[in-house]
Amino acid sequence: MFYLEFERPILEIEKEIAELKRIAKDNLEVWGEIRELEERAVKLREKIYLNLNRYQKVQIARHPDRPHTMDYISSVFSDFVEIHGDRSFGDDPSIVCGFATVESYKIVFVGEEKGRSTQDKIFRNFGMPHPEGYRKAIRVIKLADKFGLPVVTFVDTPGAYPGIGAEERGQAQAIAESIKTMLQIAVPVIVVIIGEGGSGGALAIAVGNRIIAMEHAIYSVISPEGCASILWRDSTRSKDAAEALKLTAQDLFEFGIIDEIIPEPLGGAHRAPDVASRYLKEYLVKNLRLYENFDRKKVKDERHSKFRKFGVVIE
Amino acid sequence: MLFKKKKELEPPKREIPEGLFVKCTNCGEMLYKAVLEKNFLVCPKCNYHFRANVEVYKALLLDDGGFSETIASQLESDDPLDFPEYKAKLKQAQASTGLREAAIAGVGTIGGLEVVLFLTDFRFLGGSMGSVYGEIFFRACETARDRNLPLISVTSSGGGARMHEGIFSLMQMVKTTMGVEILNERGLPFISVVCDPTMGGVMASFASLGDLNIAEPGALLGFAGPRVIEQTIKQTLPPGFQRSEFLMQKGFLDMVVPRREMKDTLIKLLDYLGVKHGRS
Repeated sequence: MFYLEFERPILEIEKEIAELKRIAKDNLEVWGEIRELEERAVKLREKIYLNLNRYQKVQIARHPDRPHTMDYISSVFSDFVEIHGDRSFGDDPSIVCGFATVESYKIVFVGEEKGRSTQDKIFRNFGMPHPEGYRKAIRVIKLADKFGLPVVTFVDTPGAYPGIGAEERGQAQAIAESIKTMLQIAVPVIVVIIGEGGSGGALAIAVGNRIIAMEHAIYSVISPEGCASILWRDSTRSKDAAEALKLTAQDLFEFGIIDEIIPEPLGGAHRAPDVASRYLKEYLVKNLRLYENFDRKKVKDERHSKFRKFGVVIE
Repeated sequence: MLFKKKKELEPPKREIPEGLFVKCTNCGEMLYKAVLEKNFLVCPKCNYHFRANVEVYKALLLDDGGFSETIASQLESDDPLDFPEYKAKLKQAQASTGLREAAIAGVGTIGGLEVVLFLTDFRFLGGSMGSVYGEIFFRACETARDRNLPLISVTSSGGGARMHEGIFSLMQMVKTTMGVEILNERGLPFISVVCDPTMGGVMASFASLGDLNIAEPGALLGFAGPRVIEQTIKQTLPPGFQRSEFLMQKGFLDMVVPRREMKDTLIKLLDYLGVKHGRS
């Protein structure tokens, strides 16, 4: 388990508990101490996790042990059938597409995957899609539209990949087309921001009727690092930038950009992935239930009126 | 201070400096400013295109040099995030440009054809897209729909989505795309003219979605900024990367048209797309 800087005090207590457990045997006094320490650990976790600043939230959203799309695919869905390729250039493993079942609902799934092991991260390009990834998403979203299946997307990306090949193959055009396709379809779209919502690379698959986010997820127009280097020419001021950008799930809920926040177990989804999955599934089912026997025109219009409202202007 | 910060690499200045004479950024020729301005900021010697503002494009494209009416020109930006220095930066941009925002739109005629024209100005916070920009574009599309007119956008938006309005700016990518969809549903033409520089969230939304996408020569166009790409891949980018000619070669632009020929080209294209005189 990886510990973030502000999680260190928890690590210390946990080490102590483990050490005591090793030597405790049937010494009741030691077990009493263990219980006491365990209570302290819970209190400490509450104290830390209920008072996170925005940059700490960013770190949790990017936590290396945080459950990713592939983890949730196996814990939330059944009968997942993956669909590969954009039928034009290739298959981008940063975006995973397929058919999936959650309880009684059959859906078309699109999700960004960062990868777990070093090798897997490289394979997934750290969750930074290329244009062919978005074009694969466009293809399966159109498939969903044709066959009347709801679309569920999981957002978790630092952003669309900034590279030579990505530009050569039209990263901007692919994102624009993906947004357009998500506006055109006449089936419900449920978007879940499970970790990091990195700018246009996230938005490309986030035009939903319902947009929900996990408790420690973030969603921003620019990374705090990028913002700091533009604003102060100093990428080490990301903490200040995160505060300025107001990018947490709680901020987004307050702005009315997201509809709901999915609670996470104390200490974040990575502390108890099974609990996180259960919550995610519960919210997903609840939102899919809203669109049983949906009217095609109505779901499309609903999506349009939702995005028509986003923005703050002085008239 | 002991260590001086390394100066950031700045792209060559495309804006016109003060003074009677201007040295061409590309060929070094000393140009009489009045001559350059009469030539719509294109170097008469080497054809280098200086960055132009909304006034230049109005004079270049519109028959009367201006709009017959403006669209949503009363809108002003708010500061929904209470973002550091944003209010001051807005004021400063307003004072230096005389504009209320980075985008303006209106109705006017091009070669006698009535159109809705949407323009952005790089001088105003890099021509970046915030809530007002997105809203003006959307209302321009609604006007085009209501009057049965084509829409032409001319963008110079190096900043892409405006950071200072956070998530609200990002959402304008969807709103502007919805605007394009309004025109598509009605079969109305949308021509996107992309100028130096059009990047990020602007290029990744409406600016890439024209029935026709046209660029001025040598414009920087793309999704990620060259500096970000260089930092990511730890390599120097080849010359001409992300320039108009490169993009056309890769298949993402219909044509590269010199500024002086832009108006005639647009008139010809609008005619092919079925736009008739006195349509509204």
